[in-house]
Amino acid sequence: MIPGSFAYHRPSSVQEAVSLLGSLGDDARAIAGGHSLIPMMKLRLASPSHLIDLGGVADLKGIREDGKDIVIGAMTTQHEVIGSDLLGKKIPILAETANLIADPQVRYVGTIGGNVANGDPGNDMPAVMMCLNATYHAVGKSGERRIAAREFYQGAYFTALEPGEIVTAIRIPTPAAGHGYAYEKLKRKVGDYATAAAAVVLSASAGKVAGCSIGLTNVAETPLWAEEATRILTGSALDAATIKKAVAAAEAITSPASDGRGPAAYRTKMAGVMLTRALARAKARAGL
Amino acid sequence: MAKSQVSMTVNGKKVEELVEPRTLLIHFLREQLQLTGPHIGCDTSHCGACTVDLDGKSVKSCTMFAVQANGADIRTIEGMATADGTLHALQEGFREMHGLQCGFCTPGMIVRAYRLLQENKNPTEDEIRFGISGNLCRCTGYQNIVKAIQYAAAKISGMPFQEAAE
Repeated sequence: MIPGSFAYHRPSSVQEAVSLLGSLGDDARAIAGGHSLIPMMKLRLASPSHLIDLGGVADLKGIREDGKDIVIGAMTTQHEVIGSDLLGKKIPILAETANLIADPQVRYVGTIGGNVANGDPGNDMPAVMMCLNATYHAVGKSGERRIAAREFYQGAYFTALEPGEIVTAIRIPTPAAGHGYAYEKLKRKVGDYATAAAAVVLSASAGKVAGCSIGLTNVAETPLWAEEATRILTGSALDAATIKKAVAAAEAITSPASDGRGPAAYRTKMAGVMLTRALARAKARAGL
Repeated sequence: MAKSQVSMTVNGKKVEELVEPRTLLIHFLREQLQLTGPHIGCDTSHCGACTVDLDGKSVKSCTMFAVQANGADIRTIEGMATADGTLHALQEGFREMHGLQCGFCTPGMIVRAYRLLQENKNPTEDEIRFGISGNLCRCTGYQNIVKAIQYAAAKISGMPFQEAAE
């Protein structure tokens, strides 16, 4: 399969990339790792006249601490997320999630910025970013703005990103030391999108849940932040009855499609099962 | 569309070519450089038959444009054996352990396993299976591929290879 013709641009700065996107208009697409876009181009479901490759923009790389946050450059690959000592120590749910994305070859090239910015409800990082209360740095021709992950996703492939804007970095408030976490993903095979998946981050204090957050993947048009379930769990000792109530609240906000991964009712149930498992692992890791 | 000049190192050799931006790396390797070792299997980034080693990463060359590889250092299956024909430990392992039947997945499998062993000299069976999970084989059931990689890992580190009991 051969994609349609396009002109290739390789800017070396964010400014240059954004001004190219602005001047070339709707016919231009930014390309990060390309593992969503290139397959679409090969199928001719996408045929941009201009490709703006962000691979040469050094400023979009790297993982750093900035006060109480950790900032991850958008062009950081999943492989680099997995290999990062800083992330392994401070936000280990990211490597756990990245290891469940696609396969090794795709993880060497696929980027965390592309994963969150594409708006594909099947992608795993968006729900994790909602769970972690991350903020995306978006740069367009009128400068930079910050968009909360929890307000970024509007529909399948529809996000708060304006035409001409690119996500340059992801800012995550560093979770409390010793927090519990887990990402549980049900998939049919390596490389598949989730039938359902759940992300949990929680912190414990005096035998109770002091703080908790839950994200759900691929069980609606957008990733979901399960706010009500979070509220039910906070302050509890994660006893079976409370977990059951929270899982029911999480299941209630799902609206998956019936597809090759199973009928909608099954996928909703699996979201509950993934959440139950994620809570059990996060609980153990938090020492509860 | 105007062609772009690309230069890269492929199997230790400098190459300079003109490519259309839309030319995929796999087509560039197979059709312009006549390196037909990397195969086109699924053409949808799933099967790994097109895997090449690029700047220390295993990549699916069907999901990258040749222009994106400008300046890169690439190794394909053709670059695994030495100039005098001595097989790489992985190639020897695949032969000795019957790690292939039809052989279609083998070039991608070996190039992927090469990077895996660069990153992890002594992988466990689970690590090997996880490490090659982006490469599909429809013949072997993977058992002998895992053994072939274990054979190569042992040979590279100068250890005797012991086949695990079934």
